[in-house]
Amino acid sequence: MSAPVIAVDNLVKRYGNTMAVGGISFTVERGATAALLGGNGAGKTTTLSILLGLLLPSEGTVRVLGEDVLRHRHRVLPRLNFSSPYTDLPHRLTVRQNLSVFARLYGLPRWRERIELLARDLQITQFLDRPAGKLSSGQKTRVALAKALLNEPELLLLDEPTASLDPDTGDWVRSYLEDYRARTGATLLLASHNMNEVERLCSQVMMMKSGLIVDRGSPAELIDRYGRTNLEEVFLHIARRADAEPETVL
Amino acid sequence: MFSFGRVWAMLLRYLYILKSSWPRTLELLYWPTLQVLVWGFMSQFFYGNSSYIARAFGVLLGAVMLWDLMFRSQLGLSISFLEEMWSRNLGHLFVTPLRVYEWVVSLLAMSAIRTAIGIVPAALIAIPLYHYSIFDMGLPLVAFIAVLMAMGWAMGLAVCGLILRHGMGAESLAWTVFFGLSPVSCVYYPVTTLPAWLRPVAWSLPQTYIFEGMRAVMFDHVFRTDYFFAAVALDLVFMAIGVGIFFIAFRDARRRGALMQMGE
Repeated sequence: MSAPVIAVDNLVKRYGNTMAVGGISFTVERGATAALLGGNGAGKTTTLSILLGLLLPSEGTVRVLGEDVLRHRHRVLPRLNFSSPYTDLPHRLTVRQNLSVFARLYGLPRWRERIELLARDLQITQFLDRPAGKLSSGQKTRVALAKALLNEPELLLLDEPTASLDPDTGDWVRSYLEDYRARTGATLLLASHNMNEVERLCSQVMMMKSGLIVDRGSPAELIDRYGRTNLEEVFLHIARRADAEPETVL
Repeated sequence: MFSFGRVWAMLLRYLYILKSSWPRTLELLYWPTLQVLVWGFMSQFFYGNSSYIARAFGVLLGAVMLWDLMFRSQLGLSISFLEEMWSRNLGHLFVTPLRVYEWVVSLLAMSAIRTAIGIVPAALIAIPLYHYSIFDMGLPLVAFIAVLMAMGWAMGLAVCGLILRHGMGAESLAWTVFFGLSPVSCVYYPVTTLPAWLRPVAWSLPQTYIFEGMRAVMFDHVFRTDYFFAAVALDLVFMAIGVGIFFIAFRDARRRGALMQMGE
């Protein structure tokens, strides 16, 4: 069995006296789609940022694609990518200019062809020469996805990939991600509080609350474990429990 | 490993930004040209009324151009840096293989381009208008430019580091911090004009040696190598401080999670 694509061990992140992530451990296997699920302030984005090397943890080890991210993040970065609705691409550059800058940062040899291909796939060809700031939310999400797929990443980290999208565009993005994973064998890790999305896309869910993983399993396992009918009910049950309790079932 | 390809990618990004807005390009030209016009006419007036200016007509014009060059090199670096802040782009950039030092090199290169766009036309305008060419200084001019740009970059990096540390609330430093040094930089007057107790402060700045050196070239037609080497030595000190502040602030931003959040 190959090494996990993500291996997090006893990860802690403190900001002064505030514990953002309180000693979590998890692994994600190659080709899986996993999710960090939790409410606002649960520690999802913090965990993603640490995996990306954008944030230094207080304690713990993080291995991504077999490399220690804290020591060798530049060995890993060419092989992964990231998309978030909360970090826009620069507004005044056209979509094509934005994508060409990122393609060059990844050192892609035939970046023009790659951009054209992704533009066709993601149906953004007609926006390529439009300033990124003049796109709608749905168009921006597709452009952000194009940026995230430029280097055909083995690991794609997605922070709330369909936040603020209408149901139709959201569904389109989910289908695209499913297809990308099936086509390339890539591993996907989502941070989300969209239950339907997680239920549909993910084979593995880590339920987070107050910086801790309070439960984990497949969506079906979690629904079964709590005797609920869907993941949203599980989420609400956990979110409304008095305190965050570290999981007992591992 | 250092990659010129990634530096070029970042440089291209800043050039795209510049190209996308003609008012910004015009602004680069506007202030240096305005400065040259004002100081040029003032020099013409003083030429007949001041023995100091009469010794060398261009002493004020040369000073204003070199001072502006140093300011533009600091501002050019800071503005490119701020472009990333305004567009909340750091989170995107630093999940690519881009290294911090490659980014810094691209900021320096863009600063040189922006400075040239601003200063060269202003210097050329002075030739037909006032029959003064700063290029007549010859090779010493190259030495002066190198020292002043390096000091501008050192200050620019320190300012960027402070913005990384304190957020966009510190943005105004990019426009203001530089002018705090002007009284003791002795741009338009010799160091001996300052009170004795303030002179050591002036002599601790590389630009003071350059402006004194410029006056030596214009008045006495000598290139003061002692001033030049003192300025280079001080440049190295200030550059080490600027680079140190920037890299420490960047590391601190990674510790605080500011790279994802930093923006307007």
